[in-house]
Amino acid sequence: MELLRFITCGSVDDGKSTLIGRLLYESKLLYADHLAALEADSRRVGTRGGELDFALLVDGLAAEREQGITIDVAYRFFATEARRFIVADTPGHEQYTRNMVTGASTAEAAVILLDARKGVLSQTRRHARIVSLLGIRHVAVAVNKLDLLDYSQEAFDAVAAQFAEFAAELDFAEITCVPMSATEGVNVIGHSELTPWYDGPTLLQWLETVDAGSAQDGPSRFLVQWVNRPDSTFRGLSGRVLRGTLRQGDAVSTGGRTSTVDRIVTMDGDLAEAPAGSSVTVVLADDVDASRGDVLGAAADPPGVADSFQAHLVWLNENGLLPGRQYLAKIGARTVGFTATKALQLNEIGVDKVHFDAPVPFEGYRTNRDLGSFVVLDRLSNATVGAGMIDFALSPANVRWQTLTVDKQARIARNGHRPCVVWLTGLSGAGKSTIADLVEKALHAEGRHTFLLDGDNVRHGLNSDLGFTDADRVENIRRIAEVAALMVDAGLIVLVSFISPFRAERALARGLVGENEFCEVFVDTPLEVAEERDPKGLYRKARRGELANFTGIDSPYEPPEEPEIRLDTTTLSPEAAAAAVVARLRALGVC
Amino acid sequence: MTLALDTLGRLESEAIHIFREVAGEFDRPVILFSGGKDSTLLLHLAIKAFYPAPVPFPLLHVDTGHNFDEVIEFRDRVVAQHGLRLEVAKVQDWIDDGRLEERPDGTRNPLQTVPLLDSITQHKFDAVFGGGRRDEERARAKERIFSLRTAFGQWDPKRQRPELWNLYNGRHRAGEHVRVFPLSNWTELDVWNYIEREGIELPDIYYSHEREVFLRDGMWLAEGPWGKAREGETLQRKVVRYRTVGDGSCTGAVESDAADIHAVIAEVAASRLTERGATRADDRLSEAAMEDRKREGYF
Repeated sequence: MELLRFITCGSVDDGKSTLIGRLLYESKLLYADHLAALEADSRRVGTRGGELDFALLVDGLAAEREQGITIDVAYRFFATEARRFIVADTPGHEQYTRNMVTGASTAEAAVILLDARKGVLSQTRRHARIVSLLGIRHVAVAVNKLDLLDYSQEAFDAVAAQFAEFAAELDFAEITCVPMSATEGVNVIGHSELTPWYDGPTLLQWLETVDAGSAQDGPSRFLVQWVNRPDSTFRGLSGRVLRGTLRQGDAVSTGGRTSTVDRIVTMDGDLAEAPAGSSVTVVLADDVDASRGDVLGAAADPPGVADSFQAHLVWLNENGLLPGRQYLAKIGARTVGFTATKALQLNEIGVDKVHFDAPVPFEGYRTNRDLGSFVVLDRLSNATVGAGMIDFALSPANVRWQTLTVDKQARIARNGHRPCVVWLTGLSGAGKSTIADLVEKALHAEGRHTFLLDGDNVRHGLNSDLGFTDADRVENIRRIAEVAALMVDAGLIVLVSFISPFRAERALARGLVGENEFCEVFVDTPLEVAEERDPKGLYRKARRGELANFTGIDSPYEPPEEPEIRLDTTTLSPEAAAAAVVARLRALGVC
Repeated sequence: MTLALDTLGRLESEAIHIFREVAGEFDRPVILFSGGKDSTLLLHLAIKAFYPAPVPFPLLHVDTGHNFDEVIEFRDRVVAQHGLRLEVAKVQDWIDDGRLEERPDGTRNPLQTVPLLDSITQHKFDAVFGGGRRDEERARAKERIFSLRTAFGQWDPKRQRPELWNLYNGRHRAGEHVRVFPLSNWTELDVWNYIEREGIELPDIYYSHEREVFLRDGMWLAEGPWGKAREGETLQRKVVRYRTVGDGSCTGAVESDAADIHAVIAEVAASRLTERGATRADDRLSEAAMEDRKREGYF
């Protein structure tokens, strides 16, 4: 039996959960024990005076049942004679847009509910846009609560026209409007005599017949997930056909190397061909070096490979996207570094230029969902913070790395010491610059090649265009990290004296240089002590409200979790602290 | 003309995809395996996912000690047949050395959580495959396919990661682990249809047989090491089968003459009760029972 995955969405109180409960109930698909639980819940917390409250059936988590709201995606299963269904019930509150995006990402069709009395609201438009953005082309509009308008055909026609007019700008192949009452069960399963003027399909009839075929035609694409090498006689590539049909004998290419599909292996025997969606193991005729994350593509029409894209982004996390911050992106079976250029807040959708730190095989999302989608992950919390859909590649890797003859090793040989970034972080007034200055003096006296990047000094020049918002702080540190990395290439010991409040950016700076080339120094001074010292009078200003976004006052400081050196300035003099840093650099073999 | 996968083909392919993602991204995965229907299916899919290579993970059984003999015999035979490594965490060991206390009602299903989490910590497992399905129960309907657990093994429904497309986020910190549910999108009927299609062998108790049972709380329970019929409960000889297999003290048989896979499928298709509702006393404890146990780190 064919499987259809669809989502329901709509504004708050449009009756989504009620509709799904009704679908399950009326199609006699509700199990008796679920029904018993529903009866008990309806009496206890129901909103229909002890009558069956279908919304309770799908509002799964205890907290939701008590608050009477849906706060996450619930997946429900039912089947009719014609089809099997998985429905994602997604919430209507704006702050939970991320859940709708989640539900829509795996759906082939959408049911958008609206309240006939209210017509097309801004929420309805937003949901329809998301449905379209996520590539769902088949939409039913359930014009609900028509019972409250005496099943007026005029009211229904007006709403349907309103939706059609707005949806003309969207990318839908088909829109079906159904006059409905979910609470009364009108036109949900069977036709109702209350709407004799309606001769279109009921909602269930639409679900049973809508064309669920996803656009997976075209040149073949096979994603390599795992290299299958049980012994020296077998080397296969285990993965999934993402598009097209892969056939034995096909010429395929990956990363510019071409080969032929020798075998398509499964435990049930070799296949002559594997359609889109199949998980198989491919044996190539030649010993092509393909591994996890590579994509085999039809040799005549392989997928593009690029590292910069225009993409639609949806932000899914309370901590907004910071331009320039280093995130990770998972695309296909590959995880790469990721940066974007525009800020986004939770539930915002934007179009941006994004950059991956390595080229990846891709296709536009409109062409192929699987190779055109990616998720953005936070490097430190590991949370899934964003979702992206590739529109097209920007300048596919035409800036290449130039190999130079005089390299870092040559400079080390000349200088007689290794380069290193010594990164001092801490609150304003902690004593970073004083200590850095003393360290540099000591190293310079020993004949080491050094440079000191001071936060205040750099803000006069290179970073004079930046302020103190979170986004500007990220960019401030990103530039300094790049400059410090260049200086390490130049063979220098670079002292960096910056508040650098965020772990992510310090991690970024660490990642730009080699292992053993980064020494994080936490100048650990409690806020009270730094504020007491207040050498520049900044804390007093910030407390008076004259200085916004001041670290420690109204902007956070994230202390290092495992710094190479921690200096407690409440017990160490600046001279002793500097001596400790120099000693540690010696121990690390830098000087 | 373009071929297309049918529904079972789609579900199988998705599960295999999930197994391979875990193999590609984790260091120490493990498959929970009890010898029951869902875990047998899980193992079958794992074998298919890595064929011709052997399954690159060990198996773990959290053993309540309240087992049906047929199931343990089946478990050991399957493990030997495929040359797999099985770790067994016996609830009895935890009771013997005082880390756990026997419950007054003698039920041991709730006691599995601690041995499970202890084993995960001990073996440093970072991905734990379970046979959970979203159609089973309300709390599970919202479960992710990759579900992050804290270093204490706990599930926080508020901290669940959005899960989009087929892009699973397996990143975790040291000590945390990820529960992985390749059967999330299967229904009980899918499971049976697939078992038929693939000719997967199951323990005999899933098919109708004669057994001495007694009625308690509307369920037919068998006697065993977990306990006997109490006063007022009479043993009767019935033709029954099991729809789920768990702790014998709270897993009920259903009256059934479905003696083979075809009869079982017909029965499941016509059933008006979910398998848990029909046969698992522990899920009846409270309406939020499953959610509470999931938070604590249960399967």
